[in-house]
Amino acid sequence: MTPLLEVRDLVTGFGATRVVDGVSFRIAAGETYALLGESGCGKSMTALSLMRLLPDGGRVVSGSVRLGETDVLDLPERDMRRVRGGQMGMIFQEPMLALNPVIKVGEQIGEALLLHRKLSGQAARDATRALLDAVGVPDAARRLDSYPFELSGGLRQRVMIAMALAGEPELLIADEPTTALDVTIQAQVLDVLRRLKAERQMGMLLITHDLGVVAENADRVGVMYAGELVEEGARDVFFASPQHPYSRMLFEALPRAGDGGRLTTIPGQVPPLDGSLVGCRFAPRCPHAVARCRSESPDWQEMGGQRVRCHLAGTLPANGVRDVTVQTATPASRPLLQVEGLKVHFPIRRGLIQRTVGHVRAVDDVSLDIQAGRTLALVGESGCGKTTVGKALLRLIEPTAGRIALDGEVITPNNIVALRRQAQMVFQDPFSSLNPRMRVADILLEGMDALGAGAAGQRRDAVAHLLNQVGLPDDAGGRYPHAFSGGQRQRIAIARALAVSPRLVICDEPTSALDVSVQAQILNLLKDLQNDLGLAYLFITHNLAVVEYLAHEVAVMYLGRIVEHGAATDVLRAPRHPYTQALVSAVPRIEPHTGQGIIRLAGDQPSPLNPPDGCHFHPRCPHASEVCRQTYPGQTDLGNGHWVRCHWVVGQDFSARSVD
Amino acid sequence: MSFAAFNFVPVILWTDALIFALLAAVLVLVWFIRRQEHLLAPWRAVARRPMAMGAALVLGVFVVIGLLDSLHYRERLPDSPVDAPQYSVEVLSVFDALVSGLRIRQEKTYSAPLAMQLYAKEFIARDGATVRDYPRLQYGGAHLKHAGDHRPDIVRRALVGLAQGLAVGLLLFGLLAAWQGRRTQMDFGVWLTAWGAGWLGWPGRTVVLILAIMLMLAGVLIQLASGYHVFGTDKVGQDVLYISLKSIRTGLVIGTLTTLVTLPLAIGFGIAAGYFRGWVDDVIQYVYTVLNSIPGVLLIAAAVLIVQVYIESHPELFDTAAARADIRLLALCLIMGVTSWTGLARLLRGESLKLRTLDYVEAARAFGVSHSRIISRHIFPNVFHLVLIAIVLDFSGLVLAEAVLSYVGVGVDPSMHSWGNMINGARLELAREPVVWWQLGAAFTFMFALVLAANLFADGVRDAFDPRLGGRR
Repeated sequence: MTPLLEVRDLVTGFGATRVVDGVSFRIAAGETYALLGESGCGKSMTALSLMRLLPDGGRVVSGSVRLGETDVLDLPERDMRRVRGGQMGMIFQEPMLALNPVIKVGEQIGEALLLHRKLSGQAARDATRALLDAVGVPDAARRLDSYPFELSGGLRQRVMIAMALAGEPELLIADEPTTALDVTIQAQVLDVLRRLKAERQMGMLLITHDLGVVAENADRVGVMYAGELVEEGARDVFFASPQHPYSRMLFEALPRAGDGGRLTTIPGQVPPLDGSLVGCRFAPRCPHAVARCRSESPDWQEMGGQRVRCHLAGTLPANGVRDVTVQTATPASRPLLQVEGLKVHFPIRRGLIQRTVGHVRAVDDVSLDIQAGRTLALVGESGCGKTTVGKALLRLIEPTAGRIALDGEVITPNNIVALRRQAQMVFQDPFSSLNPRMRVADILLEGMDALGAGAAGQRRDAVAHLLNQVGLPDDAGGRYPHAFSGGQRQRIAIARALAVSPRLVICDEPTSALDVSVQAQILNLLKDLQNDLGLAYLFITHNLAVVEYLAHEVAVMYLGRIVEHGAATDVLRAPRHPYTQALVSAVPRIEPHTGQGIIRLAGDQPSPLNPPDGCHFHPRCPHASEVCRQTYPGQTDLGNGHWVRCHWVVGQDFSARSVD
Repeated sequence: MSFAAFNFVPVILWTDALIFALLAAVLVLVWFIRRQEHLLAPWRAVARRPMAMGAALVLGVFVVIGLLDSLHYRERLPDSPVDAPQYSVEVLSVFDALVSGLRIRQEKTYSAPLAMQLYAKEFIARDGATVRDYPRLQYGGAHLKHAGDHRPDIVRRALVGLAQGLAVGLLLFGLLAAWQGRRTQMDFGVWLTAWGAGWLGWPGRTVVLILAIMLMLAGVLIQLASGYHVFGTDKVGQDVLYISLKSIRTGLVIGTLTTLVTLPLAIGFGIAAGYFRGWVDDVIQYVYTVLNSIPGVLLIAAAVLIVQVYIESHPELFDTAAARADIRLLALCLIMGVTSWTGLARLLRGESLKLRTLDYVEAARAFGVSHSRIISRHIFPNVFHLVLIAIVLDFSGLVLAEAVLSYVGVGVDPSMHSWGNMINGARLELAREPVVWWQLGAAFTFMFALVLAANLFADGVRDAFDPRLGGRR
């Protein structure tokens, strides 16, 4: 069978830097080929080279790209425009940026239809509606006249897909199509992509860093590292026995359920691709590297259904099964932080005199306890108010109501210094959380100076100690943040929080901006710090795998309220609330799914400005009944500290005792 | 007085004091920037841009002339006794002393560039008879015996000037090569090769070329100016080249001192509005919206007229005409500064609004860091590049604004040399036949050179500092 797309020895360069270096692969019609790798490995540049949409300064140096019978790289630009969208469609990562905000959705899709299928007027409108139906946009006829800002992220990504499909492409390139989306929405979008691929017999190039997404969607997998393809194989074979050390370490770096041990990390960073590379590019970070790896670049070696570029392929020890240690349950001690009835309402002001016309109930009656030395994970999709809870606890946002007690002492604006000494925060984006104009030492000193922590004379020594504690070199203090990589910056941010010796650290998605291998380093560090210093964490995240690895207790939030709370193993292994169940089942997993089928939620999270009556979740809930539409459910205790707010659980489980 | 021995007494005008204060501030800033790696890096990027460096050289020449023209003094009257000296009411500058030839050689009225005769016919006595003809100039071309020598003499002087400029240029280049070669431990020949190939890491070729061109231009000007009026003379017979050169200081003062007034207002109000939000933001926004709605020219005209009236009703406060003109110039800078801070303030407000939500500001707030410290350590350093870009971009706009205001008649004092006044003076003569074009032409040339250099330099600075254009933060 002739492949749909054949890429041979593709080399793309920016000046002397070869961001894609000799990449070859084929994609057959109806097949999904996944390019896997960490950021900076050249995945996106490969895709842009295929489309000939490289940014300024980049050009394809050599190689060939054959799509069917045509050589894409030889076409004049005029014919290339027909190929783009017509034969190759592309979906971009950020649906916010990929749609023009001032043109109606229908017109944007119609533009592609006019170009590639010469449709206009009513015919184009009908075709657009059919496309929106095909990608599962509800009420497609009405959506034609919507502007992009009226649509949610998931719908926008579907519109993007519809646009890419408008030219009826033979090959669809999806560049991290779901990275910016929540898990439940991601599951919806991936479903659409899978279905469309099967219906239209399209080839698909799926670019992602998420092994779970690959496992559920790809037919064949190619692993990229430093501009090169290092391993390729069918999905099942690849997932059963990855051969390249890099692929293996990617697997081992993933946090997994009930895994109390340390995660494998990949030391170092992707090397700069400026042409002075000798030998295997992974050798400096490879634990198995031998002398030959450093001098001689490995060639492809065939191994059954797999190809791998490694001198040691086949001779490496089998992928060891990690010893799964059961989370040793630390005995519950006295609570360090107690939160009761926390509310954060943002007033909405309108009109000339700024009258308050309503409230966004970002956080609505949240109560939490955090024990000293333990980790509570706050889980939920974006927009559910979990970050607001974190900031309100530190009074970065003034709470509307609620009582916060630290060590039994109620925090008021008068004794806020006590709170600031005891609780600190680590932010999500290590690039915006460090002032680019300050040296690292000054960043670390700022908190100590402001709170008067430690003797003034010893603060310089304290900085050196902190850097050491988070695993940074001693001379890091004199440098500016831009000299550090993302993972190192996050270490600096952690050190800054630790500078005033807090007992509680609020971690707001500290690893979501990082690659898997770096995420593993940070998670290990957080765990070590907890063991050494007895820190308590409030871990705010949407990544359930991280929760399973790190947390002792979990609270699931939906639209400003906690809907389920309990020990991590209870909540994640046996979720009771329909929302938690859907959340857990929507996470793409490497292992084949066991037990119940995947629960797909319809629609999006409603706006906290105008939450639905009754149970907030009922419009999306598969088990919703009349009572759900009318009253908000009370807490139902399931024993062992596990409670849930759901009418359905009450009805289902008569033994459960209803409180309040 | 102790200055009696030197036959002069120094005069420090208000703008002189401010200019040298500004110079000192810039030097302190340079010293500070040299110690801060993140501030130095973009300047290094500026220094690597050929266009910016060429423009900086041209600007440098203007600045040196402006600074020399800001060292003022009054001469002792020649017939006054040494022990009880009396000083001339005329305030001169070091620059005047350097080009005294240009200042003193005053003709009767208009004469064309490089002419040896006046521009209008007059009755003159020649060989006993009275004829109506173009009279010879008193200074311009006075050394020529015959009219036929005029053109060859100009060509000869131009060539000599060119050669002198080239010679000085080559000498300087040799010295530069020797110094750089020693500094970088390179052989003289090796350095020359590296220079020729552009491998120096700084735009050596452009710098040397621009320097050579400027030296040759200076050579030609000096040679010609010693015998002629290069840009002709104006209505009262003053050398237009001299007026144009004197106008440089006025342009620079307007361009820099106005910024000095603008900056505190823009930085203070802009950051306060963006950082504190709430009622502070409301008040500041209302203030600059109101200020923006008043036509700027109207406000400036009113202010300048008030100052004018004040000066005339308090003659005892100003001992010389120069001091009067100077205070009016300062008033103009002040009022232009007060009307032009809104743009930068708005920019800084927007940037501060963005910065205050960034995680590092939140982190500082989580430590309970005070507002003043957050502003000085987190907000201001991160908007500083905007301030710098605004300063260099506004400079050329202000120089042009002065010309327009003086033309309208609400600019600097009519007795003060400025390009605006030159254009204003040339306005009526443009209607005359044959047309008197050189005043306008000279003002245009000088203003164009200064503004173009400033704009090219500003472009380089903006490219280096603007993070969106890929400059390293």
